[in-house]
Amino acid sequence: MPEEKRKRMAIIASKGSLDMAYPPLILASTAGAMDVEVTIFFTFYGVDIINKHKYASLKVAPIANPAMPSPVPMPNILGMLPGMTALGTMMMKSMMKKISWPSIPELIDACREVDVKMIACTPTLEMTGVTIDDLVDGVTVGGAAEFLDFALDANVSLFI
Amino acid sequence: MEADKTIDAKGLNCPMPIIRIKKALSEMQPGQILRMEATDKGSKSDVAAFASRTGNELLEVKEEGGTFIFFLKKK
Repeated sequence: MPEEKRKRMAIIASKGSLDMAYPPLILASTAGAMDVEVTIFFTFYGVDIINKHKYASLKVAPIANPAMPSPVPMPNILGMLPGMTALGTMMMKSMMKKISWPSIPELIDACREVDVKMIACTPTLEMTGVTIDDLVDGVTVGGAAEFLDFALDANVSLFI
Repeated sequence: MEADKTIDAKGLNCPMPIIRIKKALSEMQPGQILRMEATDKGSKSDVAAFASRTGNELLEVKEEGGTFIFFLKKK
């Protein structure tokens, strides 16, 4: 990059459902492609997005989600029935496939290719027993101060 | 317009056309011309934004039967 200082984007990814994993990764990979320096701080359930045992099988919950598309109209409370989360997830994944949307592992690769910095929150790891070996390659561990050090100079900061 | 490299992003949705452009440009020399075809309706404004932010010049955009054709000059 030229002498001009690179733009920065700081994202906190705090949710681990399929629908909430896409926005941070899409924005990060696109920003990286636009020469923006990006850091994503994964905390709480967000750590699942970079957990290599889980990131290919994130789910979307129909219950308490009135926006969830359904082939037939049905009361939202039915989302509590066994198998509904799996069904909803399957439907959403097939809709994503229909528009050739990348999977979460593919988006993580896209982020890595443009040098998006991915930090896993240390207290979350401690609390859940997840270790760095459970996380995808290229992730580092860190805390609030490291994120803030980057975010304080960021042009865009998002909490997702 | 003659292109040094052509990529096909038809059928792909945001953010993939931009990711593909970035990847293709990184394998090209400054001044070379990249041609990309895309059907994502958002790609017209996305590619323009990408070009203005990264300094890779968007030389031409045309639309042929629902396909957008972009010509970008690598910075």
